[in-house]
Amino acid sequence: MSQLFDHTWSLMRFILRRDRVRLPIWILSFVFVSAGIVLVFDNLYGDDIERQAIAETMENPAMVAMVGPNYGGADYTTGAMTAHEMLVMTAAIVALMNILLVSRHTRGDEEEGRLELVRALPVGQLSSLTAVLLVLTIVNTLLAVLTGVSMAALQVESVDLHGSLLFGAALGATGLFFAALTAVFAQLTQNARATTGLSIAALLVFYMIRAIGDVMSEALSLTSPLGWILRAKPFVENLWWPVMLSVGLAVALSLLALYLNSIRDHDSGFLPTRAGRTQAPATLRGPFGLAWRLQRTGLIAWAVALFILGISYGSVLGEIERFFEGIDLFQQLIVEQEGFSLIELFIPVLSSVMAILASIPAIMVMLKVKTEEKNGRMEHVIGRSVSRWRVAFSYWLLAALTAITMLFLTGSGLGLAGNAVLDEDLPLGTYIGASFVYLPAVLIMIGLALVFIGFLPSFASVIWLYLGLSFFVVYLGELLQLPDWVEKLTPYGHIPAIPLDEVNYGVLALMIAIAVLLSVAGAYGFRRRDLKT
Amino acid sequence: MTVVKTQGLSKTFGDFKALDGVDIEVKEGEVFGFIGPNGAGKSTTLRVLLGILKASEGSAEIFGKDVWKDAVDIHKRVAYVPGDVNLWPNLTGGEVIDLFGRLRGGYDKARRDELISRFGLDPGKKCRTYSKGNRQKVALIAAFSTDADLYIFDEPTSGLDPLMERVFSEYVHEAKAQGKSILLSSHILSEVEKLCDRVAIIRKGRIIETGTLKEMRHLTGSLMFIETDKPIPDLAELRGVHRVQVFDGGWSFQVDADELDAVVRHLSAFGIKRMESRPPTLEDLFIRHYEETETGAGGGV
Ligand SMILES: Nc1ncnc2c1ncn2[C@@H]1O[C@H](COP(=O)(O)OP(=O)(O)OP(=O)(O)O)[C@@H](O)[C@H]1O
Ligand SMILES: [Mg+2]
Repeated sequence: MSQLFDHTWSLMRFILRRDRVRLPIWILSFVFVSAGIVLVFDNLYGDDIERQAIAETMENPAMVAMVGPNYGGADYTTGAMTAHEMLVMTAAIVALMNILLVSRHTRGDEEEGRLELVRALPVGQLSSLTAVLLVLTIVNTLLAVLTGVSMAALQVESVDLHGSLLFGAALGATGLFFAALTAVFAQLTQNARATTGLSIAALLVFYMIRAIGDVMSEALSLTSPLGWILRAKPFVENLWWPVMLSVGLAVALSLLALYLNSIRDHDSGFLPTRAGRTQAPATLRGPFGLAWRLQRTGLIAWAVALFILGISYGSVLGEIERFFEGIDLFQQLIVEQEGFSLIELFIPVLSSVMAILASIPAIMVMLKVKTEEKNGRMEHVIGRSVSRWRVAFSYWLLAALTAITMLFLTGSGLGLAGNAVLDEDLPLGTYIGASFVYLPAVLIMIGLALVFIGFLPSFASVIWLYLGLSFFVVYLGELLQLPDWVEKLTPYGHIPAIPLDEVNYGVLALMIAIAVLLSVAGAYGFRRRDLKT
Repeated sequence: MTVVKTQGLSKTFGDFKALDGVDIEVKEGEVFGFIGPNGAGKSTTLRVLLGILKASEGSAEIFGKDVWKDAVDIHKRVAYVPGDVNLWPNLTGGEVIDLFGRLRGGYDKARRDELISRFGLDPGKKCRTYSKGNRQKVALIAAFSTDADLYIFDEPTSGLDPLMERVFSEYVHEAKAQGKSILLSSHILSEVEKLCDRVAIIRKGRIIETGTLKEMRHLTGSLMFIETDKPIPDLAELRGVHRVQVFDGGWSFQVDADELDAVVRHLSAFGIKRMESRPPTLEDLFIRHYEETETGAGGGV
């Protein structure tokens, strides 16, 4: 038996060594963000009355769907506020970290043959997977304890040690759960991409189940790890059973993963892989066909996910309507925006968030040029009679089509579900228009990505930072009351809010012109530089 | 007619000069071998020729056209197999071969199927599952199933087993018989010896020797083994004698062709018991160059 686990300890040290930079950065980011948010909230909202006002604005179903229910109720302390507004989102990102790490150290290593080298050494059959799981146990425990202690150390009145530790533990336990789940998926699928993809899909589904559940049915929420972890209610009731549940299931899943690992062959998976074609289909003939083929699965998954996101948001519109009826504060708001219903006020807010999410697959398509190049596959294309202009344009075209499709899907998902639950329908065109009007902004992001590819390929991931910043500015900008000019730093901030604003076609045309200019410049840069490998 | 011509071709990566004035010329219908130690600049040269890297200085032409500006036109008549064949993990070998043919603008389907069976490739498997040799086969099949005028191979057989190496040689001979030109880089000297009409040796980004094998052999001279009655004290000091080694009760050494006569006369005075000679292999030639440039000394050519 012990044979199976020989040298687990050395393998753990090896993983820790390889990730000696990555792991501390991940852990410390969570610690700083969690503690930082406590400080921000504590300073931003001085007294109970201000916090109470925020609590009321957070009480609507759209926010509940986004971050979960408020357990603080009337007593919306800084602690309750932090747990309410931050727990689910942070837990989801901790889950993402675990997914990426586990996938990288299991299937990723196996795929690249590193694991084969390790297996050839006198190492137990299960040592490798055990080592990965143990390292992640350490990582999540550290993350939990450090987050908890540093939040409590701030000495904010409502943020006590017990609640802080529970908050940290909720993050760590969720992380552990997803680490174990990914370890199971790594046994089922046959490569790292599929492992990561399946795990992230599971994370998204769990998030959506929780979103719908929190608005409509508590029982549904409890079927999602992100749903039950919220029921820990840190700083309010401080319940530990959700943490225990996550950890318990993580242990069970880990054992399952180890069992599956012990009965499968190296480099194989349990999910069947289709017998491949011996000839290429007619669509696989140029760089565009290739770009599409390589990203097809991912793009379809994104399309489904974004459509469901639209539907999820749409399905809570009815609740929003009912909720706001009879609340004075919001009656005033309507007066300000004469002639518009509450729903119409909400549509542009939802559209902006969805547009930023819809930009992710479009930018990914464009950045694929860089991945192809780095992995030495662009050489095959450029080395045949295909010009670099054509390559750049093909990926650009697919990115633009992706943007159009995704915006259309989010808008129509919102509209279809919205009109199904609303008493008074809005024209579907309004929803789609509100979403679609973001196209020039997404095109600018695609153009920027291409500029990076052309001139600074190794810094291309900066575009993600910019997108993150855009999200922060557009979505949180109102919550944090940032000045107007900040919003103008991102292309998304220049888009009119349909149906509230007058649409200025001049601005949109100018944005499209800028996007085209950036794209041409980027393609020119790509034309005149070395291919990197 | 000249198919490939570079003049003073240089390529710098940052401060590092990977190519430093490379001049090569491949004539129509010949097989040109490109040899040199690791990191000498073989792949870099070929990648400049393919328009994948941009030359820092000098000129490079294929079919009389600039390799950078007219890359797309040139590639219609060129087939290239890179040194490291990286493929798309989720495409099958068969799909990749067809894609490559179409990206080039045309290929022979019947020939593709023939090549697949000759190389013994399973085209229905995902590239993820292919070994290095199998990935190389995919690229080679794609290259040979096109009707190119120039084939450029970067270490084409480094992952192939001896049987497949033979299949590769056959196709090279066939292409040559059809009047096509081939430029290949290699570490395997016996292969270059078998296949190539002319050879260039590159080292640290410079061509240190180029010519037909016959010319190079002449320059290098013969390899001799000699056993004499009396010891020969000054053997190593003789003009045109290199790499003297005690061997099997005698001496083995290399003699420059133009000193051969003088050396043999001198040695006959010591009472020759046994004397053997063989023409130098490319390996001898290569090693000699290597040693010379390594020590910075030694007799000139
Ligand atoms: N993109 C690059 N950036 C920096 N240096 C490079 C780059 N490409 C190649 N080099 C360097 O240029 C030199 C020549 O490399 P090249 O790949 O041409 O050698 P080679 O002759 O093909 O060697 P091998 O026989 O190992 O394939 C090497 O020292 C290499 O490190
Ligand atoms: Mg090389």
